Amino acid sequence: MFVIDTLTHRLERGCETMSYPDGPAPDLPDRHGGALRVDAAKCPGGCRECVSVCPTEAIAPQAGKGISLDLGRCLFCSECVHACPHGAITHTGDHRMAVRHREDLILGAPGMEEVRLAGALDEKLRRLLGRSLRLRQVSAGGDGSAEADLNVLGTIGWDIGRFGIQFVASPRHADGLVVTGPVSENMVLALRKTYDAMPDPKIVIAVGACAISGGPFAANGEVMKGAAAIVPVDLYIPGWPPHPLTILDGLLRILGKLDAGGVTAAPS
Amino acid sequence: MSSTSPFALLANGTALPWADVPEWPVEEFVRKTAVELGRGARLCAWFGVPEGDATRLVAVIAFDSDNTLAVARSAPGSGAYPALTATEPQAHLFEREVWEQHGLMPEGHPWLKPVRATGCGAPAQLEFFRVDGGEIHEVSVGPVHAGVIEPGHFRFQCAGEEVLHLEIGLGYQHRGIESALVGGPHRATVSQVEAASGDSTIGHATAYASVMEALAGAEAPLRAQWLRAIALEMERLANHTGDLGALANDVAFLPTASACGKIRGDFLNLTALLCGNRFGRGLVRPGGCCHDLEPGRLSQLAGRLGTALAEVERASAWLWDSPSVRSRFEGTGPVFAKQAAELGMVGPAARACGIVRDVRYDHPAGWYRLAQVPVSVWPDGDVFARARVRWLETQRSGQFLKDQLAAGVDGDIRDKTAKPQGDMLAAALVEGWRGEVCHVALTNPNGDFRRYKIVDPSFHNWTGLALALRGQAISDFPICNKSFNLSYCGFDL
Repeated sequence: MFVIDTLTHRLERGCETMSYPDGPAPDLPDRHGGALRVDAAKCPGGCRECVSVCPTEAIAPQAGKGISLDLGRCLFCSECVHACPHGAITHTGDHRMAVRHREDLILGAPGMEEVRLAGALDEKLRRLLGRSLRLRQVSAGGDGSAEADLNVLGTIGWDIGRFGIQFVASPRHADGLVVTGPVSENMVLALRKTYDAMPDPKIVIAVGACAISGGPFAANGEVMKGAAAIVPVDLYIPGWPPHPLTILDGLLRILGKLDAGGVTAAPS
Repeated sequence: MSSTSPFALLANGTALPWADVPEWPVEEFVRKTAVELGRGARLCAWFGVPEGDATRLVAVIAFDSDNTLAVARSAPGSGAYPALTATEPQAHLFEREVWEQHGLMPEGHPWLKPVRATGCGAPAQLEFFRVDGGEIHEVSVGPVHAGVIEPGHFRFQCAGEEVLHLEIGLGYQHRGIESALVGGPHRATVSQVEAASGDSTIGHATAYASVMEALAGAEAPLRAQWLRAIALEMERLANHTGDLGALANDVAFLPTASACGKIRGDFLNLTALLCGNRFGRGLVRPGGCCHDLEPGRLSQLAGRLGTALAEVERASAWLWDSPSVRSRFEGTGPVFAKQAAELGMVGPAARACGIVRDVRYDHPAGWYRLAQVPVSVWPDGDVFARARVRWLETQRSGQFLKDQLAAGVDGDIRDKTAKPQGDMLAAALVEGWRGEVCHVALTNPNGDFRRYKIVDPSFHNWTGLALALRGQAISDFPICNKSFNLSYCGFDL
């Protein structure tokens, strides 16, 4: 009877996969806050309240007035949001923050109040990868958290298999390389070999502050300040670690599976 | 036992002046440490402190049955000294580490090689123990593995399917956390500690905060200690549930694998409800906690917790009811209690060998002084036992959370912490979900870190995994590995 019991339990649980992206995206936790927005116009300059509380020196004062905030270094601790007396740095509540170019994560300049969201891959790549994207993941000094939330995408709640996305064991089978961690010195060779073993055309996705900029380890001589030092990165997904929803948005975004919303970069 | 120890005693989460730490010439220090370990103490940390061109050794040991820690140090020395490992195997990685970091040579160490292979190429290029013979073959795996998992190198010596010996080469994840802490705390320090092992953020952050508070002679507000205990148990629930699902997956029992993968996320989301981050980043800080559980949030948390606990109860029941799962788990990858004790194993892996060893019980600090969790033990030392202990702990942590959520205390959640005092040594143990997280800090006269030692539970347990594989089929490596689920980055730091 055991088999029947198991099947009954399974049926009772029903379908647990979320309706997103056909339905609305699940809410981020209220204390998460989502992406950041920098309104340079509200920053009169002269104070360094936000600069001094940032754990990763992601915020730099600009000549004259205003600041620049690098979302690629950001650990999303919210200290700057609380510290700014002028409300120049605010949470947007938006889970979307994946970008195609490193500079698209630098906030603060006029027109760059928020991140310039990633657009889709070019037509040729999209035709090749759009319905079947096989990813090889390499943790290079990652702390296990971004890896855990990548694994979560494979569970029944998220089920990235329905988009044709799958993590594979061999780089020979992979179309994309997903890098986590600041790239420790001891992983440089393995990361490069994994990349070289993948057939062309291939893309590289840096997941998390560590893989984008080195995160809190950027000043340590034992790491390379992120994946771009070793392999060419095509998609940057900020967060520490990024919420699974942010990662999924990034993946669907480059595959052109989401309706354009927010400011997006031109296809490249 | 501790009352007759020549070591200086200190309770978990307290500090003492560096000058009060007894000091002996290095040979005598090693001998005295061996005596203490020989009569039941356990090595929590063993590390070097640079003193000019020379190095002092420091030992932090635990008398579990007396609920006390003890510390001693050697006179500054260089060159060679008689290895503690010769009589006490639990020191074997510590002595290799000190040799790698400071050049102190433990004479008589049976297998002296770098622990993390920094600065001399990849760890896989070092010498590995080798079994010779015409029928023997060697299997080399990693650093990059098949799944979404951290890197490490495994070298198997096999006769056919049977593993005669496994040697594990780590160091790929080394990010230089300990050396970056010297002169600190710096702005990025607490974040680096939170990421020492990302799935144990609360465990490591709580140990760090305890050390900082002890150095400042302060204690976090009681409500913050309550919040830390709640977060720590939620971290345990999430990881144990994930491990039960992953173990089910490794024996192709998909109902539990699918359900637990989802429920694990539900537990992570409870942590995110508390602090915004699924791993608890930004919650625990020296002096207290940064987020509170106001009444509405508390009742939401309690409600969702009850649902998730009921679901994990049911999904696990399928696992235990399945004869095919039991037959794959039972007798696979055994570690004997004697081996576990000699290696100084900790956490669920040690408790699965029948050893009653749990920081929450042996060295209660923070909220655990006021509320206790029963210690979960299973006798057999195999994959089944490690899975079973996780399941028992899931039940008991769940009950603890239900009870404690209803029994919170009012008050502030954060005090402004004073600066650490100069020339002090502080030690804190926290029972993370993998086992004992140990942090030891030594300050210079200005109150900055002169040395900061982190011992992740994985440091004690990786050798246990290697022993579990002996005599097993190599195809059982994945399930054995998963049953330990040790941290690569926590080991590599």
